[in-house]
Amino acid sequence: MRKHRNRRLDIALALGFAAFVALPWYRIDGGFFGFGWLANFPGDPAVAPGLLQIAAYGRWWLIVPVLLLVLAAAARVTQDPMRRGSLLAYAGAAGIGFLALQGLAIGFSGWTWTVSETLFGPLADGQLSMGAGAVLAALLFVLIFAFGLAERGALKGDAFIVGAISILVFLVTVFVFYPIGSMMVGAFQDFDGSFNPEGFGRNIVDPSIWSLDCLIGAGRCGVAWRTFWLAVMTASGSTLLGLAFALVATRTGFRFKKSLRLLTVLPIITPPFVVGLALTLLFGRSGVVTEAVSAMLGVEPGRWLYGLTGIWIAQVLSFTPISFLVLIGVVEGVSPSMEEASQTLKADRWRTFWHISLPLMKPGLANAFLIGFIESMADFGNPLVLGGSHGVLSTEIFFAVVGSQNDPSRAAVLAIVLLCFTLTAFLAQRLWLSGKNYATVTGKGDSGAHAALPRSVSIGVHALVIPWAMFTLLVYGMILVGGFVKTWGLDNSLTLEHYAQAFSVEFRDGSLAWTGVAWNSFWTTMEIALISAPLTAAVGLLTAYLIVRQRFAGRELFEFALMMSFAIPGTVIGISYIMAFNLPPIEMTGSALILIACFVFRNMPVGVRGGVAAMSQLDRSLDEASLTLRADSFRTIRKIILPLLRPAITAALVYSFVRAITSISAVIFLVSAEYNMATSYIVGLVENGEYGVAIAYSSMLILVMVAVIGGFQLLVGERRLRRENRIQSVAAVPASIHQEKTA
Amino acid sequence: MTIEAPGSVVFQNVRKQFGVFVAIPDLSLTIEPGTLVTLLGPSGCGKTTTLRMLAGLEHPTSGRILIGGKDVTMLPANERDVSMVFQSYALFPHMTALGNVAYGLESSGLKRKEARERAEDGLALVGLAGMGQRLPAELSGGQQQRVAVARALVLEPQVLLLDEPLSNLDARLRRRVRTEIRELQQRLGFTAVYVTHDQDEALAVSDQIVVMQDGGIAQQGAPRDLYELPASAFIADFMGEANVVACDIISVEGGDATIRVEQLTHRVPGRDIRPGPAKLAVRPNAITLKPASDAAFGGRITHAAYLGDHVEYEVKTAAGTLFVVDPAVERAISPSTEVAIGFKERGIAIISA
Repeated sequence: MRKHRNRRLDIALALGFAAFVALPWYRIDGGFFGFGWLANFPGDPAVAPGLLQIAAYGRWWLIVPVLLLVLAAAARVTQDPMRRGSLLAYAGAAGIGFLALQGLAIGFSGWTWTVSETLFGPLADGQLSMGAGAVLAALLFVLIFAFGLAERGALKGDAFIVGAISILVFLVTVFVFYPIGSMMVGAFQDFDGSFNPEGFGRNIVDPSIWSLDCLIGAGRCGVAWRTFWLAVMTASGSTLLGLAFALVATRTGFRFKKSLRLLTVLPIITPPFVVGLALTLLFGRSGVVTEAVSAMLGVEPGRWLYGLTGIWIAQVLSFTPISFLVLIGVVEGVSPSMEEASQTLKADRWRTFWHISLPLMKPGLANAFLIGFIESMADFGNPLVLGGSHGVLSTEIFFAVVGSQNDPSRAAVLAIVLLCFTLTAFLAQRLWLSGKNYATVTGKGDSGAHAALPRSVSIGVHALVIPWAMFTLLVYGMILVGGFVKTWGLDNSLTLEHYAQAFSVEFRDGSLAWTGVAWNSFWTTMEIALISAPLTAAVGLLTAYLIVRQRFAGRELFEFALMMSFAIPGTVIGISYIMAFNLPPIEMTGSALILIACFVFRNMPVGVRGGVAAMSQLDRSLDEASLTLRADSFRTIRKIILPLLRPAITAALVYSFVRAITSISAVIFLVSAEYNMATSYIVGLVENGEYGVAIAYSSMLILVMVAVIGGFQLLVGERRLRRENRIQSVAAVPASIHQEKTA
Repeated sequence: MTIEAPGSVVFQNVRKQFGVFVAIPDLSLTIEPGTLVTLLGPSGCGKTTTLRMLAGLEHPTSGRILIGGKDVTMLPANERDVSMVFQSYALFPHMTALGNVAYGLESSGLKRKEARERAEDGLALVGLAGMGQRLPAELSGGQQQRVAVARALVLEPQVLLLDEPLSNLDARLRRRVRTEIRELQQRLGFTAVYVTHDQDEALAVSDQIVVMQDGGIAQQGAPRDLYELPASAFIADFMGEANVVACDIISVEGGDATIRVEQLTHRVPGRDIRPGPAKLAVRPNAITLKPASDAAFGGRITHAAYLGDHVEYEVKTAAGTLFVVDPAVERAISPSTEVAIGFKERGIAIISA
């Protein structure tokens, strides 16, 4: 056993010293994996390893981590296990702390903070962003810290578990909390990073954000209030429609009930701006409907679609299926025996519905409302396409950085305002609604029939559902057909031109040439989605395992923080990533890495949710049995837990893959010429007015996702047949995941 | 297959806390190698926590645990030379019976082929030869239980831990399987620690019984000692039912004491006791009833229930209500009858002086 401990420590220490000797300490401009740096290694100061930086290039402060590593090596030969553990833990913690501190304190041209400059005197030379050596060293300090804790008996001395937790907390800190933190700080900074509260002060009281003019007289309200108002309207609309759909699907004899449920798949596979795009084709200035109406009635085609009304319609269309999915569970969860009891107590159907069924659904309705609210707040695609000059917070943030204003402080302030709205809604959902759900499925045989709807309600919900479902079909029909029409409104003849322009392929000189304009971003999207999907699933499920199966200090806080990152709108993530990762100590903008990191840590909570649900159904004694059978926790995860979680893994993989393809809000900040994603490319097409190609590309993406989801569904479906009772319910997880989608 | 070196188990001042809740305040316990020791007690008494600490699934807050003389206190479960049979069996549902049994062997670094061979032997040991290819779901409850035992035993652990291994079996099967486990233990000679809340099971299989209460040891001893010489009312009541009545110890001679309950005097075994007031544990079947009025120590039957091979009575006496089991069904006494009460030779013990 001692040998075991020494071996892993030896490896960590060896790698740690290698990080200082064999790898370039700072970031390589041409990219580490280009290996162009090998030519000049190690003599050039730009690519020199850590030790050389200390000795020859005046980066004396890097001597501290080296000394800490030596301290850890000294612990290696310490006999007393507790002392040795403490030494390792302290060395590790100090190492991470110091690396972070020096990275933040010393920028390109010397001290970042005036405090340190006055304390230590000016530096001759600054430093670049962290490179392979620094990153490896930081990770190894985390591991050394974890080994130390494990040797002190933390978490039953399981080094794998302590290591996994430490690494995860480290990564979540770097990729979620650090960016959000930098964004907050960014609100108080000038371009050059110096402290300047003027921008914050100017923006936080800006009347264009907070004005209430629309209520008290002339003019428009501020963007914060407009966004809030839109979110309330969207949430109300989608909750009402969702309830109507749920009632029709569960409480009536409606003939197409089954196909109604198919609707719930739509928001998952639809890139968020596509609905807005389709609406433009219908009701825009030169839309089909607009043209027809103006021809018939002789009125001038209006621009009414571009603004809050249009965004509202698009959002209700997009989010009704989500609220439908949430409310199906709520409506079905109302125990039939309650309704039967009411009826035996001489209540008629109307009274039963109004006084029993509906009140029992109230918490569920509130939940659906809050989800709709957060979705609407976070939505970026529809406002971008339809907003015109009447922007909402998420688009204003975007234009504050990319537009002519280029005011990062303003973007940060707007992002903070948006974040406050969504986090409040999230906290309300978690704290206020938790434990208020009456509609629980008890597992007791709860037979009996649900009461039929009162006649008036039944007519009402049908009157809502049928037209809206038709409208939804029409809109999606537009998406599919739209790509085949030459120029909307001007020339409605059919053509394959758009598809050819986007996806043409030619044989040149005997080899395949991807000549279509879409291929470049399409392959990038696939590549990044394929890389990030397994990473997301792995990180998510590992986190789920740790949350469900391990008891560690701060576990609940950790889980809560993770789930909270769900309520952070993509726009906020995007702006915080470019603010955090554009300057030392970590520089990633313009790389594929930043896109992957963004997807992994944005979509991870879904994997966590799914994993937690699935893992809670696995008897804990299975892992314990494996442990007592001499398997370590890594082998237990590999041999026992993963095979039993296969459906949850599949769901997490598919979901993160699809989300990587459809998301736009964070991505649009992070793409670069080299790594452009499909969604941001399409948005670019829309901005240039190339609707045909945009629609063709969108429907192609939808088809790809349908194929992927369908393929996986087939695979999982087959498996389910061969599974025993004990874990069968795990396969039901994908459905629950859908509820988590917030754009 | 035999166990080369059965290990002893020593708990030294072990304390276990979950947050603020103290599950085990201070436990010291020694288990001799090659014996089967039962941890017996009501739910929440700390017996399962004790077992899990021995397995390495929980770590003590303070104190030391030694297995085979080696300190294993901080050792994780997979590095300890013990194995465990779980209450739910915890068979891996996606592996065959053979795969389950071979799992531990493969984890310990055996080649796959050798592991499979030894697993076959293990299955044969529990009478499941040829069933190796079945999935756990295709086995009956009793067979699953035996796979779980085989899976633990093939590792030839110094100590085998059994956590309520029979609780998922029906009553008839339970008797047979407990005999099999005991036989296996005596044949192979391993040390076994067995957790149960069923005193019949404990009496039937154990060399030693450790009765636990509130995280501590209430009494430890051979089954017979515990049943016949319970140290407290709790033990007396837990090891089969007992009536606890107040008595006076009149005199003590050698190993015997003369006691008096109301007007009745009786001789019971008793060491290290002094004359004076005490408590007596009286087994329900150690009381005789004879219809009689004006008896020196008498009572009135308030309730009688016919249960096939015996009759249960409740008798109201000056010393409290007594619960009596009488095998003489042919002369059942009807309620409201006045009876004279007598004590039999065995089944009566002084529990506190």
